[in-house]
Amino acid sequence: MIVINITKRLDTAEGSINAHFDLAINDGEFLTLFGPSGAGKTTLMRMIAGLEKPDGGTIEVDGEVWFDGSKKINLPPQKRSIGFVFQDYALFPTMSVRENLLFAAENAQQRHNVDELIELVELSQLSNRLPATLSGGQKQRVALARALVRHPKILLLDEPLSALDPSMRQKLQDELSLIHDRLGVTTLLVSHDIAETVKLSDRLAQVESGHIKRLCSPMEFFSPQSLSGKLQLIGEVLKIEEDTPVFIVTLLVGSSIVRTVLSSSEASELTIGGHAIISTKAFNPILIPLP
Amino acid sequence: MESEFISTMVLTFKLASITTLILLFIAIPLASFLVFSKMRFKSIIETVVSMPLVLPPSVLGFYLLLAFSPASAIGSFLTEHGIRLAFSFEGLVIGSVLFSLPFMVHPIQSALAQVPPSIFEAAYTLGKSKLETMLRVILPSIRHGLISGIVLAFAHTVGEFGVILMIGGNIPDETRVASIAIYDEVESLNYAMAHQYALTLFIVTFSILLLVYTLNKKSLGGIR
Repeated sequence: MIVINITKRLDTAEGSINAHFDLAINDGEFLTLFGPSGAGKTTLMRMIAGLEKPDGGTIEVDGEVWFDGSKKINLPPQKRSIGFVFQDYALFPTMSVRENLLFAAENAQQRHNVDELIELVELSQLSNRLPATLSGGQKQRVALARALVRHPKILLLDEPLSALDPSMRQKLQDELSLIHDRLGVTTLLVSHDIAETVKLSDRLAQVESGHIKRLCSPMEFFSPQSLSGKLQLIGEVLKIEEDTPVFIVTLLVGSSIVRTVLSSSEASELTIGGHAIISTKAFNPILIPLP
Repeated sequence: MESEFISTMVLTFKLASITTLILLFIAIPLASFLVFSKMRFKSIIETVVSMPLVLPPSVLGFYLLLAFSPASAIGSFLTEHGIRLAFSFEGLVIGSVLFSLPFMVHPIQSALAQVPPSIFEAAYTLGKSKLETMLRVILPSIRHGLISGIVLAFAHTVGEFGVILMIGGNIPDETRVASIAIYDEVESLNYAMAHQYALTLFIVTFSILLLVYTLNKKSLGGIR
């Protein structure tokens, strides 16, 4: 159980705000911080890691105090049981994939498990390569495996997939989900991507200007309760075309394109690049297995 | 004559090696300070480090000579403790270290500035101390900057003339280095000997630089 109650003055583009984060993360939970940039998601993550100092409050992990503003306790990152995956991966350029992981290991047992982790992220073939020779997705996997070497109490992922192309992104989301299920490590993810959030997280924390505005399951968050559709999908609006008297809207759902007809008032609520829920009623979806 | 040539060359490279080694130990912490410190007076220190780039060597030599002289506070303190820096090899080392400082600090400083902050932070989150991070992660990844600094500082010390002339003079086996010897031989119209010194310096400097550039190119390869 990770209990966070901290304050921090944040300097944003719109001036400085007094952020206050009050959050409890359950053991083994996958929690996503979701919200606009500049809301304080990354700062919250960095404060948990000890890379930035909160102005006040407490951070407690399994009863161990990592930060207490009033008692002047502030464990350095080295003393916190964390695995941090940076946006730019932060792989050590002079070490091979295997050496990057070995560098993280603290004891013989962890050194022994390095090969298993490399296998888990499917990098056995590349274990002697230097980071500069790897693709973005491969670097990401190394960074993830390296963050897991020390069996951290919490895995912190700072927009780890944002620099990848959509297909690699999807593949890594699947892997991340699999690894989380297998290792059961408590995970905190910063993400801008709705599909990613729904797919991966147990709970979602909506962060807005330094506060957690809502904390709920992803489906609860994205589906208003009034809707009683039988089939619900979340898609990104690609195109809105006027075809008098109606509008034809093209959406990207997963990797499929869905087109639908809307009235002008319905269409006016949508923006290109925004997200929408597609909900169909009144009939049962038909599923046909693919060969 | 031949033995004098050899002892002069040995002295020249001894001075350059010792100077480079001392500089390496000074420059890494100094460059780290210049890159990472948020101190307000940092630019003053940065200016002092860069001064030898633009200052005439004779100016630095002149002030060092004054400082080393037994008439000054520093000089008299040192003389009382039996240390004589003016016209001695030790004095030359101090002068060379000061004069070649920017040549070692600048390449290391710019290499350090290019290391993404997340590399340091990644090592800290993996439980590594600042010292271990520096030794095992940062220094290996800025090795090109280190090599450039070593080569530049070494070559610059070998080629130094003004400071040495001011504080060292021309004492065989003590302060007579190659660049001084060339000047001395030309003054006494001994062109053959001057040429021997000059050509040796030329070849040695060329070889060192060539070796460094070749090695640098090789180590840029990907798979090990």
